[in-house]
Amino acid sequence: MNRTVSSSACAAESVLDIRGMRTEFLIDGQWHAAVRDLSLTVRRNETLAIVGESGSGKSMTALSVLGLLPAKGARIGAGQVMFEGQDLARLSERQMRRIRGNRIAMVFQEPMTSLNPTMRVGEQIGESLRAHKGVSRAEARRQAVQLLLQVGIPSAQTRLDDYPHQFSGGMRQRVMIAMAIACQPTLLLADEPTTALDVTIQAQVLAVLNELKASQGMSMVFITHNLGAVALIADRVAVMYAGEIVELAPVADLYARPVHPYTEALLAAMPRVDRVNEDLRPIPGGVPSIRALPAGCAYADRCPLKIDRCETEAPRLAPLPGDVEHPVRCFVRNPEMT
Amino acid sequence: MNNRDSSPSGIVVEHLRKHYVTGGGLFGRARQTVRAIADVSLAIPKGQAVGLVGESGCGKSTVARAVLRLVEPDAGRIVHDGIDVRALSGKALRLYRRRAQLVFQDPYASLNPKRTVRQTLEEPLRVHRMGTPAEIARSVEAAMAEVGLPAESLSRYAYEFSGGQRQRIGIARALILQPDFIVADEPVSALDVSVQAQILQLLKKLQQDRGLSFLFVSHDLGVVRHFCYLTSVMYLGRIVESGPTAQILDDPRHPYTRLLRDSSPVPDPGHRIALVSAAQELPSAANPPPGCAFHPRCPHARDRCRAETPAPQPVAGQARRTVACHFPL
Amino acid sequence: MHTLQAVPTAQARFMRFMSRAGLAGWVGLGLLLCITLVAIFAPWIAPHDPLEQSIVNRLLPPSPEFLLGTDSYGRDVLSRIIHGARVSLVVGFLSILIAMTAGTVVGVVSGYVGGRCDQLVMAIVDVMLSFPSLLLGLMVAAVLGASLENLIIAIAITEVAPFVRLARAPTLALKEKEFVEAGRALGFSHARLMSVHILPNLVADILVMGSLWMATAIRTEASLSFIGLGVRPPTATWGGMIREGFENILDAWWLAVFPSLAVLLVVLALNLLGDALRDAVDPKYRKG
Repeated sequence: MNRTVSSSACAAESVLDIRGMRTEFLIDGQWHAAVRDLSLTVRRNETLAIVGESGSGKSMTALSVLGLLPAKGARIGAGQVMFEGQDLARLSERQMRRIRGNRIAMVFQEPMTSLNPTMRVGEQIGESLRAHKGVSRAEARRQAVQLLLQVGIPSAQTRLDDYPHQFSGGMRQRVMIAMAIACQPTLLLADEPTTALDVTIQAQVLAVLNELKASQGMSMVFITHNLGAVALIADRVAVMYAGEIVELAPVADLYARPVHPYTEALLAAMPRVDRVNEDLRPIPGGVPSIRALPAGCAYADRCPLKIDRCETEAPRLAPLPGDVEHPVRCFVRNPEMT
Repeated sequence: MNNRDSSPSGIVVEHLRKHYVTGGGLFGRARQTVRAIADVSLAIPKGQAVGLVGESGCGKSTVARAVLRLVEPDAGRIVHDGIDVRALSGKALRLYRRRAQLVFQDPYASLNPKRTVRQTLEEPLRVHRMGTPAEIARSVEAAMAEVGLPAESLSRYAYEFSGGQRQRIGIARALILQPDFIVADEPVSALDVSVQAQILQLLKKLQQDRGLSFLFVSHDLGVVRHFCYLTSVMYLGRIVESGPTAQILDDPRHPYTRLLRDSSPVPDPGHRIALVSAAQELPSAANPPPGCAFHPRCPHARDRCRAETPAPQPVAGQARRTVACHFPL
Repeated sequence: MHTLQAVPTAQARFMRFMSRAGLAGWVGLGLLLCITLVAIFAPWIAPHDPLEQSIVNRLLPPSPEFLLGTDSYGRDVLSRIIHGARVSLVVGFLSILIAMTAGTVVGVVSGYVGGRCDQLVMAIVDVMLSFPSLLLGLMVAAVLGASLENLIIAIAITEVAPFVRLARAPTLALKEKEFVEAGRALGFSHARLMSVHILPNLVADILVMGSLWMATAIRTEASLSFIGLGVRPPTATWGGMIREGFENILDAWWLAVFPSLAVLLVVLALNLLGDALRDAVDPKYRKG
C-alpha cells in the first residue's frame, strides 16, 4: 500500500505547540541545558521528523513533552508545551498519566526492553485500554486482536497469548505500536523506532506507521538520526544540533535545498546506496558538551562558512525571506539575519 | 579472482562451514543445529576492500570471526598469501595473528575500562616482544598520531572518550602489530553519521597508506558502496550474490539483493519506494526453509526453488560476478 | 581538533567516591579503625593481664578497678575483650582473604573455561552452599582440631563458595565482551586474558563482598569458639567468653553481655562499611 499524499501546509491546525522549551540537567551542582529555546508545532495528521545526532537533544525533547524526564536532576526550566489547551509542563504527574498512552503515546527504540517480558502481549495491549478507557477484560482482549491485525501481525488471535520473547524484533516493534495506538492517541512520538531493526524489516515497520497515520488521522513525531528513513515518511523535518533547531522545512525542500551548513554537511557525509560516493565529506570536530556551550553559534567551530559574528553572537531561528515555512538559524545563510 | 587455484596474494575462503548445536542433554530443549555458516566462499584480492552484507541472523559476524579463527570453522579452507590458516596451531597461530586483525562494532565494549589507552596499545607489542620499551613507547605514540588522536590521550581511560574516538583507539590497536588484513565487523554502525564519515575516511587512508586488505562486514549498503570494491551478499549462511559493488547494487541479479537495495532508504524524498507493511520475517538459522532459503519471501519462487539449493554460478558477460539463484533476475 | 574533557584529579575522584559512601560508611570505617587500633595496641591499652587469675576477684560486677567486671577465674573482662579483638580480627581478616583469593581464582577459571569442568565446579559449590555454614565449619574444625590456624582454614572453607559464585557470574559475561575477544585476536594467552582483562573488572565487587562477609566470619568464629571448637582456652576469645558467660548468665550477666556487644560492634562496623562500599561502587555512578 502506497503512502498517502502529504498533508499540505494549509491545514495549519496544530496538535502540539512547544514554545521556547528549555530542558535542563543538574550536573555537578549546576543546571545545564540539553534542549534550548525549542519552539515547534506539530500539525494535525502530519509526520514531523526530528533529525539529529547524539547530543542534539532530540530524544530529550520527546521525553520532556511527556514528562518522562528522570525525577531528580532534570527539569523543564522554561517554556510551554501546549496540547489540547493545556500546558503539559505544568501538569501534575497524575494528570500526565491520564494523557500518556491515551492522548499522546510513545514508541521506543528497543522493543525488548520496553515490553514486559513476563506479561503476555495481549495483556500488555489491553492494559492501556483498561486503564484509560475502562473497558472490561473481555472487550480489551477483543480490541487487542483488532490492533494486532491492524499492525500486520498474522494469526493475531493465537499470538495474543504469546510472550514478547516469542516474537522477532520487527514483530515486537509492531506490538509496541499496537500498544501505543490502542487508545487512538492524537499524537504518536516515535523515538528511533526502526534503528535497531534490519533494513527490510524497517521498511515494513515504516509502512505500518504510515498506514496507521492515514487510517487514524493521528500526528506523528519521528525522531531519528537516519536521514534516509526521514526522506521516506516525513512531511516536515526539523534538524537539531546541540539542543537547538537549526533548520525546519518541508521534506522536499530540505533535501533539495538544504540551507543550514550543518544540514548540508550531514547530507554530504551520508553514503548513498544509489550512487558513487567518492565525495563523502566528513564533518571535522565534534558536538560541544552541554557544559561547555560556546557563546555564539554552537556549530561555528565546525562550520566552513564561519564569520566573526558567529563566534560572539548566537543566531535566532528566523524564517528565510519569502518562505515562512523554512526557518533557519544562521547569520551567513539567512539574509534575514544580516 | 573466482578461480580456486588462487594466486598466492590476498585471502581466499573456500566452502566455510560452521554449525552450532544447542539444546539436548537430560533436561535441555530439543537438540537443534544452527547452521550459522552453511557454505561460504570469498576472495579478497590483496589491498582491496571486500564487503560482506546481510541482515541479522545471516551469519556474517560468524564469518568475520571464523576467518580469523576466533571461532573455529567446522570445514573449509582459509588461505592467506599462500598460508593455510586452518592448519596453524600453537606458536605458529600466535605469530599469524599479527597479520590479521579485527575491528569491532561496539566502541563501548571493545576497550577494557580498567586500562589506559597506553596500556591497551602497548600490551600487544609487549606480548609479542616487538621492540624495546622505548621502541614500544614510540610505536604507540606513532599509532595515536596515525589515527588522529592527541598524544595526551594515552594516559586516559576509555570512558573519557566519545564513541568515534574510541573507535579510533580500537583501530589503532588493530594496526599496532602491523597486519596486512583487517576484518571490520560493522565498524561504523554504532556511530553518528558525521563521525561515521570521519572513521570511513580514516580507514580509507590507512588502507591506502598500508596496502591493507579488508573484509568489511556491514548491513548498510551505502557504507559498503563507498568503501568496498567488491561485495558479497549473505542470506542465512550462504552467499547469494557477489561481484563489484556498484554493479550488484545498480543491477542486482538475486531477488534478495534487490529487496535489500530497495529497502535501503535513500536521502531523496522524490524517490519514495512503495513500502509494504506485510510481515515477512527472516527465517531462523536453526530451521531454514528447504531448497533455496529465500524462496518463502521470493516473488519469483517456483517448484525447483523449494527443492534444490542453488549454487553460485558466474553471471554471463560480467567478470567476477556470481549469483546463487535458479532464475536470476 | 579533538577535545577531551578535563580529567578530574585523583583527589577529586577520591572525594567524590567518599561522598557517595555516605555518613553510615564513615561511621563504619571509623568504628572499624578504632577496633583495629585497640587490637593492635592491646598490651598497652588493656588495664590488666588477660590471663592473670585471682581467686579473690572472682565474679566481680563492673567496678572502677575492673570496668566490665571479672570472670569465674578472676580475670578482667575488659582486658580479655581487648585481647580477644586480636583473635577475632585476625581470624576474620585472614579467613576472608583466603576465601576471597581461592574463591575468585576458582570462579574466574571455571567461568572462563566453561563446559563440563564448569558444571562440575558449580555442582560442588552448590553442595557447599547447601550446608549451613556453621555446620560446615564445625565439621572441618572437628576434623582438623581446634587451633587458631585450623580455625582460619575452617572458616575460610565455609566462605569460599559464595566467592566462587560471585567471581564466576561476571566472568561469564566478560569473556564474551569485545575487548576480551580483541585480546584473543591479538594472540594473548588465556592466563593473561583472565588475570589482566577479566579479573580487574570484577575486583571491586569482590572486595565489597569481602568486607560484608568478614562480619560473618567473625560471627562464625565466635560461634565455633562458643561451641568449643575455636581457639583453646585460656586465650581470650569473644566466643569462648560468651560461652563461659552463658553458664553464669543469671548471676553474672556481664560475662555474656559485654563480649556479645563486642561482636555486635565489629559486625555492625563491617556491615556499615560494606554497605557503603557497595553503594559507592554501584554502576549507576560509573561513567561510560
